[in-house]
Amino acid sequence: MMTLKVNGREHQVDAEADTPLLYVLRDDLKLNAAKYGCGLGQCGSCTVIVDGKAVLSCVMPMVLLEGKQVTTLEGLGTIAEPAPIQRAFMEEQAAQCGYCIPGMMMRAQALLQKNSKPTDEQIRAELEPHLCRCGTHMRILRAVHRAARLMDTADALPAANGSAR
Amino acid sequence: MRASTRIIAGIVAVVLIAAAVAAFAIAWRPAIAAIDPPDPQSFDTALVKRGRDLAAIGNCSDCHTPRGAKNFAGGLPVPTPFGTIFSTNITPDPETGIGRWSEAAFRRAMRSGVNREGQHLYPTFPYDHFTNVSDEDDRALYAFLMTRQPVRAAARENQLSFPFNQRLAITGWKLLFLRHDTYRPDPKQSAEWNRGAYLVEGLAHCGACHTPRNALGAERVSARFAGGDVDDWHAYAINDQSRSPVPWTADALFAYLREGWHPDHGTARGPMAKVVSNLSSVPASDVRAIAVYMASVSGTTPGRAGPSEDALTRARTASQTNSVGASIYTAACASCHEGGRPLPYGGVDLGLSTAISSPDPRNLANVVLSGIDAVEGERSPIMPGFAASMNDDQASALLNYLRARFSDQPAWADLKKTIADARRTQTVFLQTSPAPRNAPADPQQREKP
Ligand code: FES
Ligand code: FES
Repeated sequence: MMTLKVNGREHQVDAEADTPLLYVLRDDLKLNAAKYGCGLGQCGSCTVIVDGKAVLSCVMPMVLLEGKQVTTLEGLGTIAEPAPIQRAFMEEQAAQCGYCIPGMMMRAQALLQKNSKPTDEQIRAELEPHLCRCGTHMRILRAVHRAARLMDTADALPAANGSAR
Repeated sequence: MRASTRIIAGIVAVVLIAAAVAAFAIAWRPAIAAIDPPDPQSFDTALVKRGRDLAAIGNCSDCHTPRGAKNFAGGLPVPTPFGTIFSTNITPDPETGIGRWSEAAFRRAMRSGVNREGQHLYPTFPYDHFTNVSDEDDRALYAFLMTRQPVRAAARENQLSFPFNQRLAITGWKLLFLRHDTYRPDPKQSAEWNRGAYLVEGLAHCGACHTPRNALGAERVSARFAGGDVDDWHAYAINDQSRSPVPWTADALFAYLREGWHPDHGTARGPMAKVVSNLSSVPASDVRAIAVYMASVSGTTPGRAGPSEDALTRARTASQTNSVGASIYTAACASCHEGGRPLPYGGVDLGLSTAISSPDPRNLANVVLSGIDAVEGERSPIMPGFAASMNDDQASALLNYLRARFSDQPAWADLKKTIADARRTQTVFLQTSPAPRNAPADPQQREKP
């Protein structure tokens, strides 16, 4: 048994030290936003945020999560109240099949948390580890820019929701 | 003043003046007259093409084209123990590049490290190797560079401390270390071997990274190819002290230099990634010649034929005593490195990894933290970086585990410091070093899934 903090809640999970975080999220906690793409750290679809940094959960052993705060897409916003990054992806219609999108959103979110106005170059470089077989890259780029603008205005409002900070 | 004192003072003065005159004579180089930038059309296209291949063998773009910069416009900071030296603009821009250099001026720079104006150049420009380049090849290189797009980019001021900021100091260095005859054809060897020797000792300047340097920054003749430093990476020993678990053969070297990876050795990365990327586009015969020569230099050291007999026992002890390292390995590494998929898509069998048996842990730390980027436009080896997933303690637990399990070498000392340094330096390296981007000459090799 170990304690895993996900989206602000503590869970007691029965997992081996060398079990990848992705399996625990999907199989034990039924948090299915993070996707299993390759299981080899080569596609980015399983990306979540751990202590503010984007990590590939399929190659992230539980032993490294002691005392860490995990954020998944479910932790950013809800259907009723989507987070800026989610709204931006919807408004730009960035998803085709959508398989890569949660991973893309999580890494973009981590980027925007440390750089609120990234350039095109920076977004491209940051999202480089992510594959999208549908080819919606241009919309994804636009969505990240839009999210940056949304967060900018959201920051001005009181009690912005869905921050992973 | 007594007569004898005066005589002694006189002699001393004469000797000093003579020494100064001699130093001046040795140090002084005349400027070579500026020319009007030659018309690019005036160069023979076959010559330009040969110059292009030679420039790739010489890896010129590695220093002269920093990431994001214009081709050959210079400006890469090269850190040395003496301060930072910036690479210069070698495009034919008349004001800031070499547009007003005659071929004679270019050849003099290659052969003796003096620029057109007569100033001595710092040996970060490896003229201690380029001195071996033939007139003919210098002519082709000149033709290639003079037909590039001129870029206006003034050289950045070097940041060197006294006395290294005095260009006169370079003369002393040259007196001590610049030899003009380090390559001589060996009639007892094949033409291919000699071609390889000519390239390796000359234009390809392999020793510039793979030979350790002395306190004055010169290659140590007595330790040729015994392993050196470059950009916070370790350039492996490629002589008989190579730690490669499987000895290198000419065939393996050829494939590695051409494709960037070999199943018995792994993947070229760090500064070597750029080298193999350049070599993928030059005539195969030249790469083969380099491989033949280097294989004879490294000899057929027995190496260690794969993981040694008691590997299993060691693995078991390693996982018992280092459970954090073992858990990380199982979740983060084994899926690719034990997945049974061949290179380049699967990971190398870690028992064959030189990074793990090397006396210097930096390459392993660099690659674990930063991964291996896919090469643009081709299907190439790829590995995710783990800098965001592990802290320094966890990364050292992993490296210790890998060392204990996959090599028969003693544990590395000071691993945590290495990892902390790697975290810092790799960010800088990845931002400034040019991305390997050339498509391989033989795409077949990389296309096979
Ligand atoms: S599933 Fe994790 S990177 Fe592909
Ligand atoms: S939207 Fe289908 S994989 Fe990206």
